[in-house]
Amino acid sequence: MTLDLSLLPDGGVNWLDASGDHSGIVLSTRVRLARNLEGFAFPGRARDGERLRILARVREAVESSPHLRRNLLVRVDELGSDDRLLLHERHLISKELAGLDQQHPVRSGAAVFLGDGIGVMVNEEDHLRLQTLRSGFNLADAFADMQRIDEELGERIPFAFHEEFGFLTSCPTNTGTGLRASALIHLPGLVLTKEINKTLAGLQQIGFTYRGLYGEGSEVVGNFFQISNQTTLGRSEEEIVDKLLQVLSTVIAREEEARRVLLRDAGYIIEDKLWRAYGTLRYARSLTFDEAMNFLSGVRLAVGLKLITGLSVYTLNKLLIFSQAAHLSHAEGRPLSESEANLARARYVRQALAAEVGT
Amino acid sequence: MLCDSCKERDAVVQVTQVTDPPVRQLNLCEKCAAERGIETQVTMPKQPLADFIQAVQQKQLLAGSESWRCTFCNSTLRDFRNTSRLGCAYCYGAFEVKLRDLLRGVHGTSKHQGKRYHPPAQAAEEGASVATELRNRLRRAVEQEQFEEAAKLRDQLKVME
Repeated sequence: MTLDLSLLPDGGVNWLDASGDHSGIVLSTRVRLARNLEGFAFPGRARDGERLRILARVREAVESSPHLRRNLLVRVDELGSDDRLLLHERHLISKELAGLDQQHPVRSGAAVFLGDGIGVMVNEEDHLRLQTLRSGFNLADAFADMQRIDEELGERIPFAFHEEFGFLTSCPTNTGTGLRASALIHLPGLVLTKEINKTLAGLQQIGFTYRGLYGEGSEVVGNFFQISNQTTLGRSEEEIVDKLLQVLSTVIAREEEARRVLLRDAGYIIEDKLWRAYGTLRYARSLTFDEAMNFLSGVRLAVGLKLITGLSVYTLNKLLIFSQAAHLSHAEGRPLSESEANLARARYVRQALAAEVGT
Repeated sequence: MLCDSCKERDAVVQVTQVTDPPVRQLNLCEKCAAERGIETQVTMPKQPLADFIQAVQQKQLLAGSESWRCTFCNSTLRDFRNTSRLGCAYCYGAFEVKLRDLLRGVHGTSKHQGKRYHPPAQAAEEGASVATELRNRLRRAVEQEQFEEAAKLRDQLKVME
């Protein structure tokens, strides 16, 4: 199977368009639900044939669901590893579904139904992982989309549900609501003012956690933190979402305050640091991924502080995604070695910035 | 900037000392800061399940029950301890007592407060079709004298019913 992402609106990355609230600080908002079908072993335990039957059942339900029927079915189990990595880099499928984890190679029946900000992963850790994604800080719409598709699928296929424990999932950390709501948030101000540890420790004390750019198990790069609820049982879906909304509003306010402090107390030091980051991205001939992420973080902060003008957050968001290894290989039409990728990355970033602000 | 305490390593954290007046600023390296109980690294998120499973191992909470088996998917509590994943939804019934304790450890409660769910009306029919398929497989297993497989299918049917 060949992967043709041109069939999706904006290649499945509409959420990069910086249209939501606080889009300079919050890259995207995501809600995901874990659901399993009654009568089948969970994907990790199910046989190949069972997983294919699960996919067939879900496909039937998706095709008759008003909000999902136009989604594009991608058979992840029929894609090569480069295409699977590309989907993962675009935040459309998890590392586990992509089979990029040595512990979990790609499973038969692994698939995703992709739509505009709405995805349904099949045969991931659970039979179904529903996810909705919105640009900027927009939990309310992401949650409303999720409720609609959960309702539509739940009417068509029987989910495993327990009176006391709620929705049953492969890992008990997701049992109950199966809901994980998160925002991918850029916090360079809190990192530079060394307030970040206090903020993150505070989050953990009230039942929230943070992860890196790609969610569970990923490292924090470029000062991007994915903040989400830690527990899924004992609170209603609305309570979880409301609480996260409050927590994120507080974190955003603290980040804005930290940025004001930085400008006030260390104006020229910060200005110098950020312009250097911009200079490197404009003229460097080779960039590793981590370097690019860190300099992009600086430029993003400079745009937020209005030190650099004429550069859109949308362009910066696109640079985050399209300067990753599989995207660079895809653009070049051939696999790239690490050093070739570093050259291609620097070239891509230079061209994208020049196209926006002129040479 | 060098650490004010050891004068050897680079300072990574700035501390305002207020215990001994006059108040003064100290620049400390990671090691000297740690000796004063000051955290300089971002700590990784807690892993509630891993922490809890470790606690379970230490307290021997699963001792004697590790060989408990789910008759639908055939996985044991030991499998769960090794992979942190359950085999199927029926495991929640098979290991109910242990899982209730575990859910309380992870989430602070085992009582779902969210959306109530009723499977669609045709689900009974669909459940019946899964059961019919299992019965057909059971019949074939018996015909081919695959008694181990037949016993497994019989147990699965029993759980479903």
